[in-house]
Parts: sequence; C-alpha cells; structure tokens
Amino acid sequence: MVTQIIYKTLLASFILVLSLLVAMYSTLIERKVAGWFQDRHGPNRAGPWGLLQPLADGVKLFFKEEFMPGSADKLLYILGPSLTMFVALLTSAVIPWGPDLVINGTAYPMQVADVNIGILFVFAILSIGVYGIMIGGWASNNKYALLGAVRASSQMISYELAMSLSIITIVMMTGSLSMREIVAQQQGFSWNIFYQPLGFLIFLICAFAETNRSPFDLPECETELVGGYHTEYSSMKLGFYLFAEYINMFISGAVMATLFLGGYHFPGLDKLGLSPNVFAFVSFMVLFTKITFFGFIYMWIRWTLPRFRYDQLMKLGWKSLIPLAILNVVITGVVILLNQ
Amino acid sequence: MKSLTNRSKVVSNKQMTFWERIYFPAILNGMRITFGHLFRRKATVQYPEATREFSDIYRGKHVLKRDDEGRERCTSCGLCAVACPAEAITMVSAERKPGEEHLYREEKYAAVYEINMLRCIFCGDCEEACPKEAIFLTKELVKSEYQREKFIYGKDELVESPDPAKRVDVSKRQTKEVLEFKKDKRYKHNK
Repeated sequence: MVTQIIYKTLLASFILVLSLLVAMYSTLIERKVAGWFQDRHGPNRAGPWGLLQPLADGVKLFFKEEFMPGSADKLLYILGPSLTMFVALLTSAVIPWGPDLVINGTAYPMQVADVNIGILFVFAILSIGVYGIMIGGWASNNKYALLGAVRASSQMISYELAMSLSIITIVMMTGSLSMREIVAQQQGFSWNIFYQPLGFLIFLICAFAETNRSPFDLPECETELVGGYHTEYSSMKLGFYLFAEYINMFISGAVMATLFLGGYHFPGLDKLGLSPNVFAFVSFMVLFTKITFFGFIYMWIRWTLPRFRYDQLMKLGWKSLIPLAILNVVITGVVILLNQ
Repeated sequence: MKSLTNRSKVVSNKQMTFWERIYFPAILNGMRITFGHLFRRKATVQYPEATREFSDIYRGKHVLKRDDEGRERCTSCGLCAVACPAEAITMVSAERKPGEEHLYREEKYAAVYEINMLRCIFCGDCEEACPKEAIFLTKELVKSEYQREKFIYGKDELVESPDPAKRVDVSKRQTKEVLEFKKDKRYKHNK
C-alpha cells in the first residue's frame, strides 16, 4: 500500500514535470516552426539552436512588474490564472501513459488514477477550464478582457457539445468510459480513427476550439481585443495563461492519441518480446511521438489558417459540427445494432 | 460605360459550390503550401556571422583618395559640393605652403572637408563631378551613432591612410569604360 502511494506520487510528479517541460519547450518549438513556415530561422541566439530561449523568456516574465489594475477584483484576479493552470494540469491524471511497469514482480500501472469514468472526468475538467478565462476576464474590469472572456465562454460551451457527441460514438463502440479500457481495445492497429474518421475530425476541430488555438483564437484575438482575456495581466500571471495554453495543447494531444490513435499501442510492438519495463518505456515513447505529432498539427494549422469571424465560428459549431456529430452517433448505433 | 483603363474587373457574387463550402480541400491545399515552406532556403542573413554580399560598385561611405606618392588629390575646387543634390558637402580651401609638397598634390587643398552623412543620399554625383579622381564612394557603411553631430565626417574619417597597405581599392569603380565616360562630361546624360 505504502509503495503504491510512493509510486503514484512519483508518477504524478514525473507527469507534472513532464507537462511543464513540454509546455516550456513548446513555446520554443512553436516559434521555431513559425519561423520555418515563414522562411525564417526562428530564435537561435540564446544557446545552441535557441535551446535556452524558454529559460530567458521565463526569467523575463518573472522579473516583469506585477501590475494589477486598481479597479480589479483582487481575489478573482489572482484566482483566474491559478485556476487555468490548475485545471490544465489536472487532466493528465487519467491518461494511461503506457503499459504496466513491473518492479519486484508487482505490476504498477502507468496511470495516476484509473477512474472508471475517465472520459467524463476529462470533460468535467475541460468545462471547468473556461472558468479560469472567464474569471480572469471579468476580474480585470476591462472591456477588452470582458469581451474576450465572453467569447471564450460561448465558444467553449458551443464546441463542448459537438466534442462530447463525437466521443459518445467511441463510448458506444468500447462499452466503457475508462481510458485504460479504451486504449486496451485499440491493441495493434485497430485504432479508433479507422472506425470513426468523422468522429476524429469533429473531435480535432473541437479540440482546437477548446484550447483556444488559431483559427479559433477569438478570445485572445490581438487584432481586435488587444490581448483578449489576458489584456490586463502581466508578469508570471500572464505567463500562467500562456503556459496553460501549451499544457492544454499537450494534454489534448494526449487525449486525442489515447482516444483515436491507439494510445501507446503500435502494431507489432508487443510481438518483439521486449522485457516488460523496456516495453513500457518504448510504448511511452510511442505515445509521446503521437502527442508530438498532434502538437505539430496544432502549430501547422495555426500558421496556415486565418482566424474565424465570430458568426462563422458559431455557424460552424452549431450548424455543422453538432448535426454531423449526431449523424455520426446515429450511424454508429445502426451499425452496432446490425452487427449484433 | 467603356472603361478608361482596362483594369476594372467585374465583381462576381456567385454562390460557392458544396465542395468550396466545406472548406476542407482549400484548407488541405493551404497546409500543403505552408508545409512546402518548411524546407525552403531561409531568407535570413545571420548578420554578425554573415553579411549580405555587396556589389563592387556599392555606394556607401565616401573616401578621399591620395595619389601614388601619398599626397591628397583633392584641390578643393568645390564641384562635388555644387553637384551634391542634398547639400551635404562643405569645405574650406587653403593654399599649400612651401615644404608641404609631400602632403598635397596641387597648390590648393581642402583644409576642412566635411560630409554630413545624415544629409547624404549616397547618389554618387560627387564622385562623378570630381575632376581629380579624389572622392569615391566605397562598400563600407556609415556606422550608427548616438549623437547627430558625430555624423558630420571630417577629413580625419574621410581621407584614406597614407599607408599603402591600408589604401582603399577603387579600381572596380574605375573600369576602362568609366574612365572613358568620365573624359567627356558633356555627354554623360546619354549614358
């Protein structure tokens, strides 16, 4: 029991550090990729290939003046970024990062909490995520921030519907809400993306909207709203908001890889006859590669597409994605019935 | 009505087809284009390590040439100042004293010769006007400064060093054609 607790604590801290590290270097990779897409080099002055750039940015953010508008609600103003960061880090708890580790003959699952309603947990946390932005935008007492917050909330509520509907098909096929169970059923190459291409597409689009990434970055929208919900934030509070976005990218990539791309499975990997711990490590790297792939897609889209207009965003969400998702549910239901 | 310029276009308000309305083909095409740019040659010149290539006849900072014996060629005739469209050049003439023959080529020389680099537009007209082959523009750039006064370059910054090793090479600007052309200034506009 004690070893289990120690193991879970270690795993949780490892995942925490990993998410933070990945988020830190995502900022560099984002800028690098942006540079390459625009025929530039990207940051390359701080350390070799700009590897120290995230550190420089972090130090800069820490040393910036901590400014708070006089008319702001102090408690909520601080609560906003904290909540955003907290919620962004919370989702990683239910993601199965790899097959069981075997230490001294005991199997340790590489998952912090195997909640039997894993997917519901993810969605519950995701819907809390909008509160951080809403509270921050409201507490700043600034019209741009408020507009950004209003946009964020309506956007996230609209897209959560289609997102949940697209996941229902996965749940119908798997017959379980547990993330571990869903990954286990995608053994080998029977990934959900091949059975649910439409569901995957809807989920991908909604994931872009949920993480406020371009082309759905209306809550930030620097051309119209200065900085959107974080206009009045500075120093590390702003850093928390920006950081949380990258953590969200990482985690949503993990969720998508888990639900649709077979999690840590890769065809033929289990037949190589590796020892359990090496196998666990290789599987983890497989999952990590898939997450990196999604991260790259996020950046690729960001530097390709312009931002949606607000009415286009709402039209896409309510008039296209939700009906498509419902249609997908119906078709999946019919196919499952026919196969019985 | 007939268009005067032939450049007007008829605005089309045609409805998008279904294929266009779902946007995915367009988005994928856009992604293909951006992906292609990942591997393009970068347009950046990494400045302190690499510099942009300059043409041999680049018009940068001026130099006041000396002749083969190290004497200043400038006779302070003022033609460069007259030719200068930006009025950046001023000078004060002086007469060569006996015993200064090794310093100045002719009896008259410029005691003060100043170019205001903030006024200068680097057109090269001074170079063209000079009858003594004394002033040339070089590949070197004018450095940035914090004070405006420092941009007024005097003889200390313009005249080249008498040391033969440090002479500024202007042979690329003085090709045979250029010298031939310079001989007859009446027809320079025909060039």
